[in-house]
Amino acid sequence: MPVTLRRGPHLGPLARYILIRFGISVLLIFGVTLVTFTLANLVPADPAQAALGERAASDPAIVAAFREAQGLDKPVVTQYLLYIAHLFQGNLGTSTQSHNPVTQDLSVAFPATAELALFVIVFSIIIGVGLGTWAALRQNRFVDQLFRVVSLIGISIPTFWLALAAFYVFFYQLHWAPGTGRLSASLQAPPKVTGLYTVDALVAGQYTTFWNALSHLILPGLVLVLFTVGLLVRFSRSAVLDVLNQEYVLAARAKGLSSAAVIFRYVLRGASLPILTIVGLAFGSLLSGTVLTEQVFGWGGIGQYAYKSATTLDLPAVMGVGLVVGVVYILTNFIIDVVYGVIDPRVRVQ
Amino acid sequence: MSRPDLQNPVPLDPALDAPTAGAATRLRFAAVRSRLRLPSAYRRPMAVIGFTIIALWFIVAIFVPWIAPFDPLAQQFDRLQPPGPVNWFGTDSLGRDVLSRTLYGARISLPLALILVVASAIIGSVLGAIAGYFGRAVDEVIMRVADLVFAFPTIILAMIVTAALGPSLTNAVIALLFVSWPSYARVMRSMVLGARSREYVVAGRLLGFSPFRSLQRDILPNVAAPVLVLATLDFGNAILLLSGLSFLGLGATPPTPEWGAMVADGVQNFSDWWLAAFPGLAIFTVVVAFNLVGDALRDSLDPRTAGAVQGVKI
Repeated sequence: MPVTLRRGPHLGPLARYILIRFGISVLLIFGVTLVTFTLANLVPADPAQAALGERAASDPAIVAAFREAQGLDKPVVTQYLLYIAHLFQGNLGTSTQSHNPVTQDLSVAFPATAELALFVIVFSIIIGVGLGTWAALRQNRFVDQLFRVVSLIGISIPTFWLALAAFYVFFYQLHWAPGTGRLSASLQAPPKVTGLYTVDALVAGQYTTFWNALSHLILPGLVLVLFTVGLLVRFSRSAVLDVLNQEYVLAARAKGLSSAAVIFRYVLRGASLPILTIVGLAFGSLLSGTVLTEQVFGWGGIGQYAYKSATTLDLPAVMGVGLVVGVVYILTNFIIDVVYGVIDPRVRVQ
Repeated sequence: MSRPDLQNPVPLDPALDAPTAGAATRLRFAAVRSRLRLPSAYRRPMAVIGFTIIALWFIVAIFVPWIAPFDPLAQQFDRLQPPGPVNWFGTDSLGRDVLSRTLYGARISLPLALILVVASAIIGSVLGAIAGYFGRAVDEVIMRVADLVFAFPTIILAMIVTAALGPSLTNAVIALLFVSWPSYARVMRSMVLGARSREYVVAGRLLGFSPFRSLQRDILPNVAAPVLVLATLDFGNAILLLSGLSFLGLGATPPTPEWGAMVADGVQNFSDWWLAAFPGLAIFTVVVAFNLVGDALRDSLDPRTAGAVQGVKI
């Protein structure tokens, strides 16, 4: 590969790569605002009617006032520019249903989903990659077949149905799990630091609250873990299998390295790029899965908020959710891209 | 069928059977199998099970008026009856037979998922082929739009679109179409990029083939298989997404016997487990079946994961 001499003097390839990735992410975020805005403006149903109810909507003066207050009377391009201008001020508009600023609603809903999603993704990566690697090393043996069946069930089972079944069995029949929500009704939310109840309770030293929050987390968490693990097992298995065929793995074994050394230093390192890609994808489907699971467990997170605002045509809230989720997803993929570059120097020079 | 010639075994297609797997017994089995002249995908028992389940569900969907014991919308006096001799799967909160509704559900989910998969495969493949073949600005525009769609988790974007269009099954399909074409576009684009510079394609272009003819005659036959596999695997996904949207109340509207909507009924009366259990099982069996068949098809296309690396261990 020819080396260009005009390259910036102080930027190493890694820094340049991160900068380019960052630029692409920022562009994508702008794209996301465009998508949410366009979709919200496609609505054939009249948001004024949905927000005001039939009686108020029959009065033209009230409708006009509502349209002016929401900026619906201005041209579309102006509306978009206003939307962006407000975004930079951290203003996502006011929900037409709760009459709170959307940012305020989201600041309650977002940590709820984040707590669930973080819990799930951490456990899924450990379990999924572990089992996937194990299955690859024992290809076509009993363990491999068993995990294949488990992961097939994991990705084929409807999340919302599994959530309901888990709720029925462990709450209604066995009374092992606590009911819906993030905390039992008798307990107060811990003082807000991060918004994650488990973390906040620990910070405040409220151990009863901590255990209660954790026990509420387990059942919806396990439902989502099964699905995410299903994805990760399949893909990490095939990623590890690909690497096992490489000659450098054969060479490592031939020079007498221990199995553990070969697996951790050679195989998993080589398989880490495709596995990372799948972690990014799994994170996206996890966010989708939470929407359905939150509904069953009354979790009060982004998913339930999205559902509520989508069914009531609460446009500012819908746009807010779309934006936040899109940005989280893009940021995750940005982080994954950066890790790519750190792990594999070849990626940087592309 | 003649006896297989064990002295001169016929090896499988060398591309499918890497030398690492070439034990003598394996070759003999290959000889027996190749005489059966079945596509390799169907030799796998799992694929056969999957295919059977799919066939059964399609038969149910076609002949359901003769199979179902009751009308799916007819209300009986006995509401919320547990499974029994008359209503095998029990009755729901309006006294409708859950078995009949579950069977009729096949008439809704299967055709819609089929339409969704075929349409998104066609749209995605055409856009991907155009992007890959022509490159440059066209490529940039199409793939950046695909990136944008990928920047959202599927069901959330589909939720926003369905909400914008108004909840109905048709709009749910349109919304899912909107979110599911990019994966086909990506696969197709990378395949076309790979095929574009092959000698036979270049030869065709030098003979004066139009881009359309070149794509259709030279490239398409060589890139169709992966798209087909993707579509099979995607079918299960389509069923899950459609029923998920209906579960949220953004798809089927009452009294349509749609599986996801029926599970949602079960949330309202969750102590009556049979309301949700059977439609959920229906979704699960269809999705598992398509994943089994899709997996087998993919394995037969990608020999590396199909058993060619057997015996590698650490």
